[in-house]
Amino acid sequence: MNVYPILVALRRHKASVLLIVLQIALTLAIVANALFIIGHSIERMRRTSGLDEDGLIFIFQKLPLVSGDDATVIEKIDAMQRADLQAIRNLSNVQDAAATSGFPLLQGDEDGEISLDADRKGKFVHAAYYYGDEHLRETFGARLIAGRDFFASEIGHGHGLPGSPVIIVSKSLADQLCPGGNALGQTVYQDGKPATIVGIVERLKTPSFDDSNWADNSVIEPLRKDVFWTGYVVRARSGRTDQAIRDIRKALFAVNPMRHMPPGAGIHSFSEQRAGMYDEERGVALLMAVICVILLSVTAAGVVGLTSFWVGQRHRQIGVRRALGARKVDILRYFQIEILLIAGGGAVIGALCAVGLNAWLMKHYEMMHLPLFYVAIGVLAMLVLGQVAVLVPARRASNVPPVVATRSV
Amino acid sequence: MRRREIRCLEKVVGLNQQASLTQGENGVFAYYLELAVRSLRRSPGLTALMILAIGFGVAASMTMYSVFRGVSADPIPWKSSQLFVPQIDAWGPGHGENGEPPTALTYIDAMALTRQHRAFRQSSIIAMWRSIAPPHASQDGTLIEARGYAVDSEFFPMLDVPFHYGGGWSADDDAHRAAVVVISDHFNQEMLGGGNNVGKIITIASHDYRIVGIIKYWNPQPEFFALFRFEATELDFFLPVQFAVANNVVSDTYSECKDGRSLRTDFAALLRSDCTWLSYMVELDNPAAVQAYRQYLDAYASEQQQLGRFQWKPNNRLRDVPAFLDYQHVVPSNTKVSLLVAQGLLVVCLLNTVGLLLAKFLRRSGEIAVRRALGASRASIYAQFLTEAGVIGAAGGLLGLLFTAIGVLSVGMVMPARLATLARIDPALLLLTLLLAVAATLFAAVYPTYRAARVPPALQLKAQ
Repeated sequence: MNVYPILVALRRHKASVLLIVLQIALTLAIVANALFIIGHSIERMRRTSGLDEDGLIFIFQKLPLVSGDDATVIEKIDAMQRADLQAIRNLSNVQDAAATSGFPLLQGDEDGEISLDADRKGKFVHAAYYYGDEHLRETFGARLIAGRDFFASEIGHGHGLPGSPVIIVSKSLADQLCPGGNALGQTVYQDGKPATIVGIVERLKTPSFDDSNWADNSVIEPLRKDVFWTGYVVRARSGRTDQAIRDIRKALFAVNPMRHMPPGAGIHSFSEQRAGMYDEERGVALLMAVICVILLSVTAAGVVGLTSFWVGQRHRQIGVRRALGARKVDILRYFQIEILLIAGGGAVIGALCAVGLNAWLMKHYEMMHLPLFYVAIGVLAMLVLGQVAVLVPARRASNVPPVVATRSV
Repeated sequence: MRRREIRCLEKVVGLNQQASLTQGENGVFAYYLELAVRSLRRSPGLTALMILAIGFGVAASMTMYSVFRGVSADPIPWKSSQLFVPQIDAWGPGHGENGEPPTALTYIDAMALTRQHRAFRQSSIIAMWRSIAPPHASQDGTLIEARGYAVDSEFFPMLDVPFHYGGGWSADDDAHRAAVVVISDHFNQEMLGGGNNVGKIITIASHDYRIVGIIKYWNPQPEFFALFRFEATELDFFLPVQFAVANNVVSDTYSECKDGRSLRTDFAALLRSDCTWLSYMVELDNPAAVQAYRQYLDAYASEQQQLGRFQWKPNNRLRDVPAFLDYQHVVPSNTKVSLLVAQGLLVVCLLNTVGLLLAKFLRRSGEIAVRRALGASRASIYAQFLTEAGVIGAAGGLLGLLFTAIGVLSVGMVMPARLATLARIDPALLLLTLLLAVAATLFAAVYPTYRAARVPPALQLKAQ
């Protein structure tokens, strides 16, 4: 069908056409960005921690304050930690337990630079530290793909400072540091102190919940970190997670009732805690989804309303065309192509608006770069929405009988 | 001409005569109202569509606005411009973002400010959690988790903390490191069963304290004096800083250090270190005092530079509470983006309304032409169609009220409780919802009405 007569007809409704084009453009701009926010949240919820999460329990607590000089305090805390771990490992529903300074995606705040030379002149990579004992890698369920675990004799204790002589690193860190694949056995430097990479795990997310370009770069240091706020990770026997949590609580408070687990700390299954971390994002995603649905409904209803009006207005014209030999399908096509042109125009402007809105959001709020994929979805959504919305009015138009042409007003 | 229009015409003729001869403004308005309702009932689908769009658009905006309003409200409006957070750069260039000094103070600097006492009122503030044995020991031996602050005596009058019984402690108690405590009403209920327990002794994590005051419900959000964020739990107790430091009560405190690492077991080293861990607030009641305090902070930092402790020029800040909350990005960016998206929805709904009103008004070109031909002025066309828009706006506003109420009540489904509880429905919000709906619809009707009023009388009659 020739598009020219449609364009000429549209020029007679400049204001209405402009309004609907603007509405579609704005809807697209908002929907594309909202869908991106939703998609990004889903992507984040699907991140793999590198752990065998099922049956994993994590404990975060504050030990009772003790007095004395620094060395005395450290020894007292270490004794409390060892007693706690022993009590947990003795439980029948527990497979293993380990001390850890952090939990992937959840908790921990130690990071630094790992370099290939002592004075950090050459290559260095940012990474997070997990301080833990010889049980940590196994309890986490992080898969060892090269080298070995720590020996019990290698585990130190005290201040949480990097600088252990042996370390286990994540594959991501190993690859970034030694692209040649020769990381195992390599000597690297942490704050100028040499360490040998004795093991590599397939994957281990950092404790940070936020995205970063070093989110998979983790180092395990063989060291029980002695601070008042301590963490343990426990692997329950298969299917016994809930019982294990109850047992652990009882056992720990039997060892020392003065320990302290405020909100945000405590004994939780990893999966429950991880799901809880996403509450806020899930809420925002839901809100965006609701707004998207309302937006699309309003815009679709607007298209229906306006095209219905046009159909009513052109009642006689349609009759004349029909009388002159136009088929029903020609009338239908006319309205479909008309809305395709309008929605197409709106989509082009809307795609630009979507990118512009995203740029503005990135500048003023914490927003990521909008992938074109979402803009494309938005464009497609607008074109489909136009076609669906026009269907009923266009059908009505195509049913106008030719005899209308012969009647006066 | 259709019969309906003829009837209409008769009415209009009658009206024009009546209006010009006998009836006043009210009669005209009542008639326009009748016309509007009749016109709207003639196309129920289109009318419902416009009312729904206005309702949804207004409700989405107002729901998000009520959250935003709750979250960004001034926690202490009568005094926030007199309360200031001093920041002293103890780390030097290259450590803070954009050259900003750390947000908390080192022990050395906080104690110097307290000793030199140049503000009207001032206090160090240290947040803490403590385990407390409940009055009736629970079966599994778990303790109550209590949240509190170590503060100085001037904290209470400075922030107008309301007391139920007793009051804050004295400057003397600060100086003598007295073991005194102020507890909250609900902590008093929980631990002691309520009532006036001033003078009694309470044990908090192995230290005994004499209760000197019990405060009424006081839960300002965000917690603007130290944590600068929204907290889900109420406060339980306040202890004197001097006692807490001298007795290792806060030796597990959270601190931030210049090199990023703190040795959290060595409290003695922390007191000597350049790690920052004390929040600080001062009250300055006039601009001259603020100016003087700025100069004092700079003089203090210069002195530290001369003593060799700082190897850099003074780099201090003195923001009042609203400015500091803004600097700390207390309002979550999610809230702002959601408000923005909801406002975008309202704009789309309005565009939609403009388009539909345009269609609806121009469909009645015949009627307009007849009225114009019979002597109705452009102004009366404006009045008639804006009345019609106003009716749509009012109906949309009523629907919007309902949707807003539903929205605010279910905001907890999409937002964390600590933020959702701040969203409230009050008369101001309801009034604003209605006003927004009517104003927005009238605004949307301006262009369609302008077009309607420009319909030329004679031409339309000829065409028919």
